[in-house]
Amino acid sequence: MPGTSLDQHRDRYAQRTEGMRASAIRALFAVANRPEVVSLAGGMPYLQSLPLDGLAEEFGQLVAKDGLVALQYGSGQGIPELREQICQVMALEGIKAHPDDVVVTVGSQMALDLTTRIFCDPGDVILAEAPSYVGALGTFSAYQAQVVHVAMDDDGLIPEALVAAIEQCRAAGRRVKLLYTIPNFQNPAGVTLSEARRPVIAEICRSAGVTVLEDNPYGLLGFDSTMRRAIRADDPDNVIYLGSFSKTFAPGLRVGWALAPHAVREKLVLANESTTLNPPVFNQMAISRYLATFDWQSQIKAYRQTYLERRDAMLGALAAHMPEGTTWTVPDGGFYVWVTLPEGFDSAAMLPRAVSARVAYVPGTAFYADQLGSRQLRLSYCFPTPERIVEGVRRLAGVLDGELEVMRTFGTGATRAVRGPQSPSPDTA
Amino acid sequence: MTSEARHVLVLAGGLTHEREVSLRSGSRITEALRSEGLEVSLRDADAALLPWIAEHRPDAAVIALHGGRGENGAVQAVLEMTGIPYVGTDSWNCRLAWNKPTAKQLLQRQGLATATWYTLAHDTFRDLGANALVDALAGSLGLPLMVKPINGGSALGSSAVHETADMPSALVGAFAYGDVVLVERFITGTEVSVTVLEGPDGPRALPAVEVVPASGVFDYEARYTAGSTTYHTPARLDEQATGNAADLALAAHRILGLRDISRTDAIVDEHGVAQFLEVAVSPGLTETSMLPMAVGASGLHLGRVYADLIEQAIARGR
Repeated sequence: MPGTSLDQHRDRYAQRTEGMRASAIRALFAVANRPEVVSLAGGMPYLQSLPLDGLAEEFGQLVAKDGLVALQYGSGQGIPELREQICQVMALEGIKAHPDDVVVTVGSQMALDLTTRIFCDPGDVILAEAPSYVGALGTFSAYQAQVVHVAMDDDGLIPEALVAAIEQCRAAGRRVKLLYTIPNFQNPAGVTLSEARRPVIAEICRSAGVTVLEDNPYGLLGFDSTMRRAIRADDPDNVIYLGSFSKTFAPGLRVGWALAPHAVREKLVLANESTTLNPPVFNQMAISRYLATFDWQSQIKAYRQTYLERRDAMLGALAAHMPEGTTWTVPDGGFYVWVTLPEGFDSAAMLPRAVSARVAYVPGTAFYADQLGSRQLRLSYCFPTPERIVEGVRRLAGVLDGELEVMRTFGTGATRAVRGPQSPSPDTA
Repeated sequence: MTSEARHVLVLAGGLTHEREVSLRSGSRITEALRSEGLEVSLRDADAALLPWIAEHRPDAAVIALHGGRGENGAVQAVLEMTGIPYVGTDSWNCRLAWNKPTAKQLLQRQGLATATWYTLAHDTFRDLGANALVDALAGSLGLPLMVKPINGGSALGSSAVHETADMPSALVGAFAYGDVVLVERFITGTEVSVTVLEGPDGPRALPAVEVVPASGVFDYEARYTAGSTTYHTPARLDEQATGNAADLALAAHRILGLRDISRTDAIVDEHGVAQFLEVAVSPGLTETSMLPMAVGASGLHLGRVYADLIEQAIARGR
């Protein structure tokens, strides 16, 4: 009897499914949505301040008056009205763009996927900040691209480290295709690329023949209201810019975009069509109406104020409760604080203890393609109330106390390799 | 008696490390029971549960919770208080079976085989010095060893240790799930899982399911990634070893006072002796779980089996 593996397709899967497996760490996040647990793990925006009654009216009118268009197939590039409005949104960050160069996608995650698809063959190198967005690492892995991390400091990506990484890759005969960067309030580190470094990074990439993939979901969510100039604003030919309405409006509509140089844009449109035919017309029209009818900039201000209060709650709680030797970043916007624990802690290994203590976070190893990050963890302040954030950090401190005791007993360095997905699903608060 | 009109509460979820597995078990058994014509309410074990029970008074409950309260007798005790009959072992015996060292000891006293073990709390390592204790463990039990939390399933926190130097990280991994660990001698052999189903004629063992993980280790990933483990039902054992595995599971069911349905995990060693590992009082019911495989291999249907157990529970009272 040959037995059964419970998967008759097992020998037919593509190699790129290698990392798609059950993961004990990911399973632990199943409790994160329970009200008993303070989840500092997910990145769900706090939508309670949206004008839901007004939106209901507007979206109802969309079906009633324009349903035959909104519910029909549409352009693979996205509807023209929205692309024009997207250009107005990007103008806030100094970008001058033509709507013809905008490709609307199903969230910027899809733009990330399409860009990787048209640029990367298996084995090609994508440079990314250390650490980097877990969803991007997953996409790069799916296309069998190799991620090489580049160090950051408090001013974001370090130019010298970028040069060194490119040189090392070249010396090893590896082909570097893209630099993937989140310049503003980076996920997960919360740091922002300084204004001074932006042109330097752009020039390094341009002269090295590496295309910049600038991912900017949080750019409008800076707490000081200062608009940071996009890298794309000064380098339209070598930068592909990704934007999203998920953080500034609502992620459930899944609308993002890519702004790309003409030749790249052509390929993105074809890739988009081969994937979805067209991004959802109804959702695009809904966002277009929202931008045209509502005071969306005031909504963003409301989001900023909410997130600022929550960031302050988190920073205050960290200062009050974290053990000596713990450090963390101080984000000027966005959703995340990146915490570095004292030597010897293993944030993935202690996650079960955290779940027992009814608090959740994302282990740092999720944000590296190379198993680094065991001492780090990402805390989100976007969704829980300030009171819950304080309680969550207090619980986390208790978890660290327990872990410290185990470390004292067994010594440091008893960390374990982790495999498989280590981040929560998108609907985890 | 027909079960058409029965209203059954299926409990799944909980706040344990095995919540995700439990939700899948709950969903699967709910579907199976509905296909048998039962009215099923699938609910989490949370603060809304008792008011819901008071209002709806289901005829019976099926516990698809894994780990923690679902298996340590707590939820069973709550159901006993409410007077709702439920499928499975009562709260007192759950508490015994839930503790792996206790279950091993009770079985060993009755002459059954189980790997030599020690149960150690974290503070023992702290107070006596971890290095000395690790050396003593390796010296006494020999290598390789298994290190696991004393409670819980799905192999969470469990690992095999082949060298003394790997012991601290294995212990740290197990202590993340609780303050006490079980360290036992690693038994080489055929890993099997035997479901015991108790009907009007008494308990009987269903065909053993043999597990052969591709990675060599039947860990969480191997258990829940379809395709990463090969299952043989019945297990590829000779007649005597097959009988030994069945006898062990039946003995565990009897000695530990288990009821209705249970699953015993064991290793059949090179001599054909079935060595007890642990029991599950609320076994997994997911697509990759072994109890449904054993039920299927017996020519039975999961929904029918549980529908009969529900009638049995109702007839029992509570």
